[in-house]
Amino acid sequence: MATTSEIQSNSDLLERVARQRRRQHAEQTVFAWLLRAAALISVLTTVGIVIILVAQSAGFFAEVSPWEFLTGTEWAPLFSPQKFGVLSLVGGTLLVALIAGIVSLTLGLGAAIFLSEYAPERLRRILKPILEVLAGIPTVVYGYFALTFVTPILQNIFGHDQVIVFNALSAGLVMGLMIMPMVSTLSEDAMVAVPRSLRDAAYALGATRFEVSTKVVIPAALSGIVASFILGVSRAIGETMIVKIAAGATPNLTLNPLESIQAMTAYIVQVSLGETPQGSLEYKTIFAVGLLLFVMTLAMNIVGRWVISRFRQQYE
Amino acid sequence: MNKQDSIISKRQKLHAVRVLRDRIFVVGFGLAVIIGILGLAALLFDVLVDGLPFMNINFLTSYASRKAEHSGILAPLAGTIWIVGMTALFTIPIGVGTAIYLEEFASKNRINRLIELNIANLAGVPSVIYGLLGLALFVQFLFNGSRNVTAGALTMTLLILPIVVIASQEAIKAVPSSYRHAAYAMGANRWQVVKAIVLPQAIPGMMSGIILALSRAIGESAPILIISSLVWVTFIPTSPDSKFTVLPLQIFTWISQPQHSFRGIAAAAIIVLLIVLLSMNGIAIWIRSKYQSRPDQ
Repeated sequence: MATTSEIQSNSDLLERVARQRRRQHAEQTVFAWLLRAAALISVLTTVGIVIILVAQSAGFFAEVSPWEFLTGTEWAPLFSPQKFGVLSLVGGTLLVALIAGIVSLTLGLGAAIFLSEYAPERLRRILKPILEVLAGIPTVVYGYFALTFVTPILQNIFGHDQVIVFNALSAGLVMGLMIMPMVSTLSEDAMVAVPRSLRDAAYALGATRFEVSTKVVIPAALSGIVASFILGVSRAIGETMIVKIAAGATPNLTLNPLESIQAMTAYIVQVSLGETPQGSLEYKTIFAVGLLLFVMTLAMNIVGRWVISRFRQQYE
Repeated sequence: MNKQDSIISKRQKLHAVRVLRDRIFVVGFGLAVIIGILGLAALLFDVLVDGLPFMNINFLTSYASRKAEHSGILAPLAGTIWIVGMTALFTIPIGVGTAIYLEEFASKNRINRLIELNIANLAGVPSVIYGLLGLALFVQFLFNGSRNVTAGALTMTLLILPIVVIASQEAIKAVPSSYRHAAYAMGANRWQVVKAIVLPQAIPGMMSGIILALSRAIGESAPILIISSLVWVTFIPTSPDSKFTVLPLQIFTWISQPQHSFRGIAAAAIIVLLIVLLSMNGIAIWIRSKYQSRPDQ
């Protein structure tokens, strides 16, 4: 039989355990709410971006019709008469992004095929990190490289009277170099996911490595390669410093890459560096251009990721 | 028999062509890698040749000046340290907290799938858009037009948050679930499991992700350019509401000067920036490799 004091100490113990449990539970509840609040911040960021871009653009579109904005081909908001045709900025952005896309797809796809189909594992482990250093270099450094290294070379090739100091080609080539590791990594991921048995079947029929790469691996990994191109171009569209430093500040709807252009991002930076008063129409233009930029890159990113996820399902 | 011979020789010719094509394209694909590496080498060479003559101790300890040869990077270096420190202070709790919530607390319902999708989308938003957000939300709304360090750090926080969340999620996923089950079996609750089991195991992985994200913040210029249009800063920030400049911004300012002599100091500042970034990347890789040997599960 337990004595009274033992019963007493037992119930004390139970009481203490229960108290500790309650305290632990309360602690969990508090931290669960804190964590939920942290997760909410990323949602609020998106909401904030959309609200600010839309609200500030609304003031702009109250004075300039969206039709004029989206179809006009002359952009001169800082001069009078003011012109608000964003196509010349979009054209500049797309020209540079297209050059960057072609360069990064050519180099990135070639590198991906070399690394996944040809290179022995040891060589791959040395080459891949070196290429990825390219992705970690700040964009302002690429801008410097384009302006002081690539542009003079282009001027020597095409002639100084043909190539303006600030031109779309130099910016596009350097941006292509910057995006190459991203395209290469995404394409390589897609190629690695192609089942070994497909390759072996082709090799068993006597195919060379080149034939296996181009007739088996690339078609099977095509959607991943397409996605890497889309995401790369989207990255190029959103890039700021290279186009600001090397591509110029002349809104110009042209297909000639040797001319000076102005990209959407470069325009946004140019206005925010100037003395444009807050709340003026010129000030609101950067949010309208920003909204268009946001929509363009978001659409491309969604399409790119959708293509990747469809591809993954194929072999799993 | 002659016909058969000609078929065989045709076959052999075709085979030779195919092998030749294979050889040529090995070179072609390899060339893509080589061009990438040569591009990197040319970039480093360009920067070193232009910048090294300007590298000396005065360059690190003086302020920007109207004359290139007297200019230094004291103010942007201090500004970069302020921005990185404060960004880390904001980003680490929010980013790690989000990752813990998504991996350990959230049920896999539609709302949480939406949060994950949202984070993936934020990672693809151009940095210049974050600059516009920071300008309108932090500079104008929160700080009433003051272009201070806190506004810069908050903007950078939102910019690198998706990277930190995704890296922390990966680190948490790498903790074997048997560890969690053991703790649950002992009667631990969710928060206790996170605090005592998951976090200690995941911290090295998170650290390398956070360092990489912070190095992204150091190299980023577009958002800071939009937030702080002030570009001739000749003082060290003393408090969170000081004005500031950062290394990439100072580099941009010098590149934009019409005088060619400023290009040299821009290149010298680039060398400093690259050294900072390379050592941070090195630390991240070192942490990862040091702690990567996990028990097999």
